[in-house]
Amino acid sequence: MPAHTADMTTPGGLLLVLAVLVPVLGLLAGLVVGGRQARSVVLLTIALGLAIALAVAREVLFRSNPLAYVLGGWAPPLGIILQADGLSAAMMLAAAVVVAGIAVYAGGNFGTARGEPESRRSLSFWLLLLAVWGGLNLVFVTRDLFTGYVALEMLTFAAVPLVCLDGSGETIRAALRYLLFALLGSMLYLLGVFLLYGTYGTVDMALLAARAGPGLTTMAAIALLTLGLLAKTALFPLHLWLPPAHSGAPPAASAILSGLVVKGSWFLVVRVWLDVFPGVVPVSAAQLLAACGAAAILAGNVVALRQQRLKLLVAYSTVAQIGYLFVMFPLAAGLAGLGLDAAPARSAGLLQAMSHALAKAAMFMAAGLIYKSVGHDRIAELAGCARAMPLTVLTFALAGIALMGLPPSGAYVAKKLFFDAAAASGQEWLEFVLNAGAFLTASYTILVLAHALRPVGGRLLLKAPPSRAGELSALVLALASLLLGFVATGMIPHASLSGAFTLAGLAAALVVLAVGAVVAAALGLQLPPVAGGSALAGLLGPLRRLTVAAGVLVVRVDGGLRHWPVASITLLVLVLGFAAAIVNGH
Amino acid sequence: MDATTLFGLCAAVLVGLGLYGLVVNPQPLRKLIAFNIIGNGIFMICAVIARRGAAAGFGGDPVPQALLITAIVVAFAASALAVATLLRLHEETGSTSIAPEAPADAGRGSGGH
Repeated sequence: MPAHTADMTTPGGLLLVLAVLVPVLGLLAGLVVGGRQARSVVLLTIALGLAIALAVAREVLFRSNPLAYVLGGWAPPLGIILQADGLSAAMMLAAAVVVAGIAVYAGGNFGTARGEPESRRSLSFWLLLLAVWGGLNLVFVTRDLFTGYVALEMLTFAAVPLVCLDGSGETIRAALRYLLFALLGSMLYLLGVFLLYGTYGTVDMALLAARAGPGLTTMAAIALLTLGLLAKTALFPLHLWLPPAHSGAPPAASAILSGLVVKGSWFLVVRVWLDVFPGVVPVSAAQLLAACGAAAILAGNVVALRQQRLKLLVAYSTVAQIGYLFVMFPLAAGLAGLGLDAAPARSAGLLQAMSHALAKAAMFMAAGLIYKSVGHDRIAELAGCARAMPLTVLTFALAGIALMGLPPSGAYVAKKLFFDAAAASGQEWLEFVLNAGAFLTASYTILVLAHALRPVGGRLLLKAPPSRAGELSALVLALASLLLGFVATGMIPHASLSGAFTLAGLAAALVVLAVGAVVAAALGLQLPPVAGGSALAGLLGPLRRLTVAAGVLVVRVDGGLRHWPVASITLLVLVLGFAAAIVNGH
Repeated sequence: MDATTLFGLCAAVLVGLGLYGLVVNPQPLRKLIAFNIIGNGIFMICAVIARRGAAAGFGGDPVPQALLITAIVVAFAASALAVATLLRLHEETGSTSIAPEAPADAGRGSGGH
């Protein structure tokens, strides 16, 4: 935590206010001008917002000047302060890039052509995109827990209608389930905030960090805050709402939900655990958080591998990738506990989040293009796809590579930093989890590609060619995620990153792909026919039956956990579990 | 037992009742009412905190009251959104169940080899 610079608005601090205000103003303007012009207003707003995010990043990341703005000149504890440190600035930039990419992509789906009547669906999409962005920016710059609550609610209220833009019964059901579970999370979070106010007389993060000590109320409050946020992030086993919501939404909306919305509540967990209560939460509690993350990585990926539909596969891979975001907590706590610098683990977590935001949005966009052009997204019937729409399939592959964490992606650099931190703090089990996650991610990417690359007699007839702007914007996001590693190695001074991109890294990448192919063959739902495959299948049949049985078991367990009573009782049990872990750690 | 303890206990009972309803009741409208009961319990805790802080000599600590009124507005907006979604769900499907729809493929298709 940097020294508290309360009651001081820094030069350039106004940028933070604008970052929140510009999307909201754009939203209001869009509402006034209506459906036909809304898109132009939104594009203008996004250009402005992108410039603001770049300006903030230039100040904070390249000149190392944290920005601050004291609203109305009232300093905390009475007033509200907005601040941007490296974490906020980087996330703001990533969010702005993803929003811009999605806006270009969505032109094809939500544009209103000349002579076409205005539709509520497209107007809603454009306005909700800005609402999500404004809410996210507020989460990134806020420095008090209560404003965080309001910002998260803004985010949820914008995300829920995005789920059911199509208006079918199934998507409305998914949206309602999401909303109700998120509201349960909000209430737990709010209770935690009030308990902290009752104990310390402030909800300002810096003041809380200075005043907080171990105490039963504080520990209960941390457990409540955390679980409230986890319910909104859909960390396994609290993911009941995510797969139907993220797979049912229109692809552009799914990209927003998977790429951006879940990062908002995760960001507040980072603030609470690493900035506000770093001395209060013990390593064992952080390990519990990472254990949920590990379960998410393993279960989410296995269930993804057992899906028939591409969009559900991508949604389940989001469940897994949310798990990756929680690996950083025990590493940061472990390093800090040993008196080492926790910054590398923190940077790695941030890098992981940015990399996933970009790659996940790209992957959903590619899946959406495939769905729209082919007319379905059944994985087993994608043969000929790669020939008919090579750019889209290439984007899917690149996004998959970025998610696996192969060089030079941002996730690769993050993984290297994680491995280092795990070795330094004696938590090697996390290395195992990260490696297993990479193998599994590789396996379903390979499975999809194996189907898409299969030739068909003649040429696959597309219902409509994919829109060029859509393909290019998805490709740009996937490439940005891949190339993030280069930028990051330049900016994070760390010994283990020198020589990150060597032949050894390439060899390791090939190992990941090879193991991924084996896993796909062992666990995949429908395998593409391969020449000589039947002889091999006869040989390895019994083995595959065993692995498939294990996979089916994971799918069953996942199905059980996604029932409302089970999920909400799990949530309450986890509150107690975290409280016990925190109390026990002292 | 002084007034703040009594109100604190009432708040705890409300939160407990609400949680029970939210977990057990399958009907979304009842879940929503349960959410509001939890909310009222939590708001009452906030009011108790405001009252307790008043020991400093004010009539009441104004900050929790400001937080409280904001939280009430947000919770009201949430309820409105949920009711609107619920009405739409009923219009669209004729039912208000939010149980996971019989899975078209995800769960059942898992047996395929």
